[in-house]
Amino acid sequence: MILPTQPKKHWFRNTVIALFLIGMYIWAFSGISFDGVKETAGAVTRSILAGIIHPDWAYVYTGDGEDLVSLLIETVAIAFLGTFLSAILSLPFAFWAARTKRGKRVISGSGKIVLTAIRTFPEIVLAIMFIKTVGPGSFAGVLAVSVHSIGMLAKLYSEAIENMDQGPTESIISAGGNRWNVLSFATLPQLIPEFISYTLYRFELAVRSASILGMVGAGGIGTPLIFAINARSWSRVGIILIGIIVMVTVIDFISGSLRKRLV
Amino acid sequence: MMSPSELPKRHNTWKSFVWFALFILFLILSSIASEVDLSRFFENFDQMGVILGKMMHPDKSYIKIVIPPLLETIKMAIIGTTLGAIFAFPFSLAISRNLVKNKFVNTILRFILNIIRTIPDLMLAAVFVAIVGIGPVAGIISLAIFSFGMIAKLFYETIETIDEGPIEAIISSGGSKIDVIRYAVIPQIMSHFFSYLLYAFEINVRASTVLGYIGAGGIGIFLQRSLSQFRYDQTSIIVIAIFAVVLIIDAVSNQLRERLL
Repeated sequence: MILPTQPKKHWFRNTVIALFLIGMYIWAFSGISFDGVKETAGAVTRSILAGIIHPDWAYVYTGDGEDLVSLLIETVAIAFLGTFLSAILSLPFAFWAARTKRGKRVISGSGKIVLTAIRTFPEIVLAIMFIKTVGPGSFAGVLAVSVHSIGMLAKLYSEAIENMDQGPTESIISAGGNRWNVLSFATLPQLIPEFISYTLYRFELAVRSASILGMVGAGGIGTPLIFAINARSWSRVGIILIGIIVMVTVIDFISGSLRKRLV
Repeated sequence: MMSPSELPKRHNTWKSFVWFALFILFLILSSIASEVDLSRFFENFDQMGVILGKMMHPDKSYIKIVIPPLLETIKMAIIGTTLGAIFAFPFSLAISRNLVKNKFVNTILRFILNIIRTIPDLMLAAVFVAIVGIGPVAGIISLAIFSFGMIAKLFYETIETIDEGPIEAIISSGGSKIDVIRYAVIPQIMSHFFSYLLYAFEINVRASTVLGYIGAGGIGIFLQRSLSQFRYDQTSIIVIAIFAVVLIIDAVSNQLRERLL
């Protein structure tokens, strides 16, 4: 009987990796004080859990526009509008960053760096900059979402452009079609379903960020959440968290089933 | 072979029209709900110019102050990702339908995972700042939960696509459940697991930079301070520093992931 040969033991390499990892974790745990945890942590956790189990149902709908349902709708509206604007703004960036046959590498490379920079720029900082410009409220949130989403959307779009099948384009050119024909019969029919699918995916993420942006004053459900946490009204926190979970789940489900039908 | 003589079906124009109308309706309703006012945007655009103008002249002396909290941020990301991954590993094994055949356990655990994944990271941080107090521990816990959700999702989807052959071979030669996991499952998925861990780490480095904004440790505290004092020259140095760190970590992590797979 022949057994498979034992895989080679890279003992030297493995020791180096292990030493590196141990060093990294020693470094990581040094200087972080774990004793700063408040003694009330247990009690607060219990009251938060109690708040989630006994949520403040009265807050769901009060009719004054400051209740849970209205603010969740506002959050979805911020995400929807922000993603829509971002989809439009992303198109030129996508063609800039896409590496196609004719394009120069320098151009697409610079586009990719710009997109990474946009992705890294913290969304909260953007939101504060827009609050300074248009005042606090959901409009600032819309603008922050629309600028921040460019970083990811344009990257996904440009990858779709790069991976496009060149066959239809070539066959239209060889059948005597002009550039307009290429665009309307080969490029767009291939790209639009993918673009819509990516935009829906980004919309799912935008709903999550729109619910955060309110924490700095850019509209949506984040504002009452941070107030409720600061005021220690845990039953209010509970109902808001439940509301966010339900909203995100519903949006993910709708958007997911739409995306399945597209691709 | 004869090519089919019929043309591809035309799209149903009616249906597309309804979709389009719905879309426009949503756009209008959203603009009303979010009080969009483009005139206000263009009127005050010079304000944006002032901010950007200040950002164009970063305060270089601030870089010395920024480095320690930036390192703390990276530490938080390392610990948070590791903790999340440690919990995600057994959890993913337990919710994979090809390993655990118990439907009840599967459904409950998946439901929990989905709920965890819906809560945005900053919101977790806000809750944990209230629980454990201001400081990096709140950030670490929220990053751990956040990466747990992310890694567990990616990982169990990979486990469900593994080759069933080795599992059957070990069962038929009398191996126990532990043997199956040790000799049939883990060799197939370990490199994926580390790849997802690195991916989660990349995302956590980005996420951890803003956690401090609400008091969960790291560079975000300085971000908040500079913004509230209108020191945009300091804000921009922080953003540049974050950008540099993210670029370096992404490059290293990409290299490692390419070697793993």
